[in-house]
Amino acid sequence: MTQKKIRVLIAKPGLDGHDRGAKVICRALRDAGMEVIYTGLRRTPEEIVSAAIQEDVDIIGLSILSGAHDVLFPRILDLLKGQEAGDIPVIAGGIIPEKDIPHLKKIGLKEVFLPGSSTQDIIRWIEDHVPHS
Amino acid sequence: MSKKASPGPDFKTAYRKWKEDLYDPARAACPETPDLTTVSGRRLKELYTPEDLEGWDVFQDLGFPGQPPYVRGVHPTMYHGRTWTMRQFSGFGTPEDTNRRYKYLLSHGQTGLSVAFHLPTLMGLDSDHPLARGEIGKCGVAVDSLRDMEILFDGIPLDKITTSMTINAPAAVLWAMYIAVAEKQGVSPRIISGTIQNDILKEYIAQKTFIFPPPASMKLIVDTFEFGAREVPRWNTISISGYHIREAGATALQELAFTLRDGIEYVDWARRRGLDVDDFAPRLSFFFNAHNDFFEEIAKYRAARKIWAEVMRDRFGARQPRSWWLRFHTQTSGVSLMAQQPANNVVRVTLQALAAVLGGTQSLHTNSLDETYGLPSEEAVTIALRTQQIIAHESGVVNSIDPLGGSYLVERLTCELEEEAKAVIRKIDDMGGMVKAIELGYPQREVADSAYWYQRAVEKGEKIIVGVNAYTKEHEPIPLLQVDESAARLQLSRLTEVRRSRNQTRVRETLSDLKKAAADGLNVMPFLISSVKAYATLGEIMDTLKDVYGEYREPITF
Repeated sequence: MTQKKIRVLIAKPGLDGHDRGAKVICRALRDAGMEVIYTGLRRTPEEIVSAAIQEDVDIIGLSILSGAHDVLFPRILDLLKGQEAGDIPVIAGGIIPEKDIPHLKKIGLKEVFLPGSSTQDIIRWIEDHVPHS
Repeated sequence: MSKKASPGPDFKTAYRKWKEDLYDPARAACPETPDLTTVSGRRLKELYTPEDLEGWDVFQDLGFPGQPPYVRGVHPTMYHGRTWTMRQFSGFGTPEDTNRRYKYLLSHGQTGLSVAFHLPTLMGLDSDHPLARGEIGKCGVAVDSLRDMEILFDGIPLDKITTSMTINAPAAVLWAMYIAVAEKQGVSPRIISGTIQNDILKEYIAQKTFIFPPPASMKLIVDTFEFGAREVPRWNTISISGYHIREAGATALQELAFTLRDGIEYVDWARRRGLDVDDFAPRLSFFFNAHNDFFEEIAKYRAARKIWAEVMRDRFGARQPRSWWLRFHTQTSGVSLMAQQPANNVVRVTLQALAAVLGGTQSLHTNSLDETYGLPSEEAVTIALRTQQIIAHESGVVNSIDPLGGSYLVERLTCELEEEAKAVIRKIDDMGGMVKAIELGYPQREVADSAYWYQRAVEKGEKIIVGVNAYTKEHEPIPLLQVDESAARLQLSRLTEVRRSRNQTRVRETLSDLKKAAADGLNVMPFLISSVKAYATLGEIMDTLKDVYGEYREPITF
């Protein structure tokens, strides 16, 4: 029986247009054997949650460098809970001040990968935390 | 001495002997051996010698500053005539916050202004747009209407200072606002001087703050060339940029080639409208990255000047020397800065700034050490400014023009980059031009491939980054600039007040005239100026234009 591929949604919430990191992550996850759906730029929380549910993903990765995470992440997590999808783990990367991380984790963000993180660390985290067989 | 000096067979033999008898064995015995490749993956030679300049011509390939081929600089005196402009890109919170920071920087020796707008403004949205939630004032200054621009430049004499504005899809609108603010100060558009970035092609390739589809965007840009040539002659109507393309992952060669080919595309579109190249070309400017590889960067700038002068004179038939000059601003690379041990960033920026100066930049922004965390604090931006001042006044590198001219390495690299960039330019020509190449996804793919290659090289340890994959240390937090929630509240209440107190009829009239002008294919600049003077907001103006031009949706790839 072949192992089901992990399905990942990589999303760019808000107006931030920096996509170098998100695209590198997409490629690395695909090369590691995962199915990657990339939302493209400037997606609203509603669009991201809708895509995650429609695509039946195992995990959501949010990429943001604009500082708007303090408004957008809680909205995304709320919408997921509201649509019975609160069990989909959400991780994030980009420019997120360390002082904001404890609160984000308290409201449901599972992990934050700060600048300098390696794609291999992210792949390992996903494989360790997402049930996929 | 022959101008095509060749070191001769004796030298070739001696070089081979040195390499085989001394260098190779010594290197083989070394425990550590660097990989001799630049950050772009270009393999250098262990030693450059006169052999590497075979075929190199002191007139064709070097010349003198201020004359073709311009390799040594666009002006005869370079920094002996005028030091590069120290122009720190800056903006955060409300216009009041940023006005204060501008006055601080000017009082500390900055010699030109550079405006960073927040994301909603960059995307043509007002601060009360749903997509602006959480974004107000965080990545730059909030500007929703002429009222904000008036506050932003309050107490700053626009006849005495030059201002660069990093704005692209809405560039024409922000330019209209600046013109209106200057007029209110009693300063004629014929006197104001500055730059609007206004380079949409690199948005599709890299920075991604596009709004309209390519043909409409190009039309707006040519409108600015036309209007500038006629009404605002001291203004650089475009800053053709490689900085962002490089930040997105491109190699030095890709940065050079795509930037110049973007420039060619703009000239093509302008000429197609019937503009005479000598009328607008003198006001085209450029913007390059100063990345990590010291000599590659210097060679890149020199090659850029050489190629552009040739393109303008031979490809486009420009007759005025001013049309041949590649004048550029440089910013040190943001992406090369690290969050780990941020003090190290001061060193990175210093080396990068030095490369830009040795490469002959006209204007320079040095990044602040804390920019991996957020916008620069006052302390950090002061160090960044002092970095430029120390280079200018203490390092001695300005005492002679193009001091690295004649270096076997630098001249060889300059020639290689020139040759390779021309090949890429020809490739894009064959595709049908840059707009076509973008539709085909070519530059975007190249950039993404380079970015991925680089990340893998770092993770494999092939590229050492101090503090990140070598010489790591326990993290110590540093003080950071905070953008307050109060900035958003103030901005929103001001926007409400502007909408409430303006002449609504006038707003409707000007927007209606604008829409008709855009639909009829007229130059929109005069209509934009009328609209902003009526205090139509940026969002209202951009919505009017979106009705005519439509919106661009990027194909999703990675």
